[in-house]
Amino acid sequence: MTTYLIRRVLWIIPVMLLVALITFTLMHQAPGGPWDRDLNRRQVDASTQEMLNRQFGLDKPLFFNFEGEHILDSQFFNYIGNAVQGDLGPSYRQRGRMVQDVLFEPPKNKPIWDSKFGYSMRLGLLALTMAAIFGIPLGILAALKRNTIFDYSALFISTIGISVPSFVLAIFLIIVLAGQLGILKIIQRDWSNPAAWLVPATVLGFGTFAYITRLTRSSMLEVMGQDYIRTARAKGLGGRVIITRHMLRNALIPVMTIMGPALAGLVTGSFIIESMFGFPGSGREYVLAISNRDYSMIMGTTLIYALLIVLANLTVDIMYGFLDPRIKVN
Amino acid sequence: MTTVAQTHSTTGKPTPKPPSAAPGDLAQTLTRPPRSLWRDAWSRLIRNKAAVLGAIIILFFVFVAIFASSLAPHNPLQIHSGQGFLPPMWVEKSATGKAGTPEFPLGTDNLGRDVLSRVIYGARVSMVVGFIPTIIIVIVGVTIGLTAGYRGGAIDNLLMRITDIVYAFPDLLFFIIVMTALRNTAIGQFLNGLFLLFVALALVNWVGMARLVRGQVLALKERDFVLASQAVGSPHRRIMLRHILPNSLGVIIVAMAFLIPGAIITEAILGYLGLGLRPSTDPNDIFITSWGSLLLEGQAAINNQPWLLLAPAICVALVVLSFNFLGDGLRDALDPRLRE
Repeated sequence: MTTYLIRRVLWIIPVMLLVALITFTLMHQAPGGPWDRDLNRRQVDASTQEMLNRQFGLDKPLFFNFEGEHILDSQFFNYIGNAVQGDLGPSYRQRGRMVQDVLFEPPKNKPIWDSKFGYSMRLGLLALTMAAIFGIPLGILAALKRNTIFDYSALFISTIGISVPSFVLAIFLIIVLAGQLGILKIIQRDWSNPAAWLVPATVLGFGTFAYITRLTRSSMLEVMGQDYIRTARAKGLGGRVIITRHMLRNALIPVMTIMGPALAGLVTGSFIIESMFGFPGSGREYVLAISNRDYSMIMGTTLIYALLIVLANLTVDIMYGFLDPRIKVN
Repeated sequence: MTTVAQTHSTTGKPTPKPPSAAPGDLAQTLTRPPRSLWRDAWSRLIRNKAAVLGAIIILFFVFVAIFASSLAPHNPLQIHSGQGFLPPMWVEKSATGKAGTPEFPLGTDNLGRDVLSRVIYGARVSMVVGFIPTIIIVIVGVTIGLTAGYRGGAIDNLLMRITDIVYAFPDLLFFIIVMTALRNTAIGQFLNGLFLLFVALALVNWVGMARLVRGQVLALKERDFVLASQAVGSPHRRIMLRHILPNSLGVIIVAMAFLIPGAIITEAILGYLGLGLRPSTDPNDIFITSWGSLLLEGQAAINNQPWLLLAPAICVALVVLSFNFLGDGLRDALDPRLRE
């Protein structure tokens, strides 16, 4: 188990390097550099550009430096080296700011969770909590009342939730709540009010809610057919004890293990919802970076998101090892 | 197809008893002719109302996509000046104070272009984006999956390592990066940017298909009918194409039914981000606008003309839901054992 875990953790390094390599290579196919085409600011003249390039090491070769002192003294390997130390380079569009500051630095005198990334993380957590609070009981009830109208409605709702993308749901909700009923302001300015978070979190978490419902239901059904449930019934245990002690404890293992990846999926997948609702998180920043062609910002955010997903997938493997002793790793 | 029926007879309806029974029994058992797996699956599928409804809606949109130029009431690019932001025909007074006319059933956009016609042309892009990458994915994924599963060894190992990397890369982020970076290159401009989208979708999704087929092959390889075929000296190629592939078809078809809506959603998201199809200005183009691009345009006019946003959103939801119902139905029909 330990060797497996170590191997599993070490495997992250080549995966992240390749993700970085692919992103880096693709980003450098795009036209334009960091110092040009900024319509909002004064244009930078050629000699200043040259100076800035030298300062940030952008005059070096892309991958291998055959002429310099060190072969790895290149843009890519310097980027990796800096990224490992938490330096994702300057933003190409938000001049004077570093990518990591845009994402992780909170406004003055505010706690760290008021940073852009902190906002996205909290929105994702809220969406996941809501999805679990509604999804798990619904899945359990659907399994216990199998093949009833209740079960069919739960399945129908979860099919809709799984298939219809969240931004389409967001469009319907925005038009109904903001346009027709006038309950919601289309573009929220004040996110300090917790009620404002409910609508985007609901939309964001609906797919996860549907997935959790389905997973809980099928996992419950599987457990309900096991021999130990029959044994528990045979020795005269009451229905409630069987459900809570014997069924839930086993049926919820797969549900618990997907929580990590689900959170990662919500945080990295919230960018459309964030920009639709004007939510000030890292996802909206990412969409802005795309439309501004802020390549270093896109690259940095992608790497952070990929790392989040890789780590979340790692937690699944670790959790399974602890929660389910039947799993033996070879 | 008969091979499939024989090898899969365990999952089909019970075959008639061997003629060793009494002559009276024989007549009785032969009243029901033997049926193939596909026949069985078909009869299960058409009994599934949700799947049939899904299939009808999909066929409707395919029809709309093919005959878009005859079905659209207006040219989707024609600007009707002075008739911008008209509401749908059933609205008598909109937010902008205008009344809808039957001439523009779903109203017009800011330039006075007919929304219904634009949505009809958008169906074309969505269908193409759904089907073409899926065909590429199936061809590449099945070939590599078959070889990796059957031969094993280096190609199998390589496939598994590639899978690790592709699964770590958030696929939507990959599409975004590819589309941003290569948008202005020659390949990014080919077919108004659609070609690049096909390539990106195929690059990510063939891996899942290959892995799926590989798993099927590994399970089927151990079955007796493959062993029997090997024993009589069939070449590997024949075993793969005549025995293993037909028996994996069910799983491949179900996977296709879920790949297509995934691609349609991806196009809508990329279009919404302004990274999808480049909206065309040439009325002779086949691909003029897409549901994703329409969503982007509609976003700006959410107060003035919500149908700019609603119409493509409803279409995306309807098509995606239909494919999911059909996919669920196909899974239940092709492999009843998988039923939850």
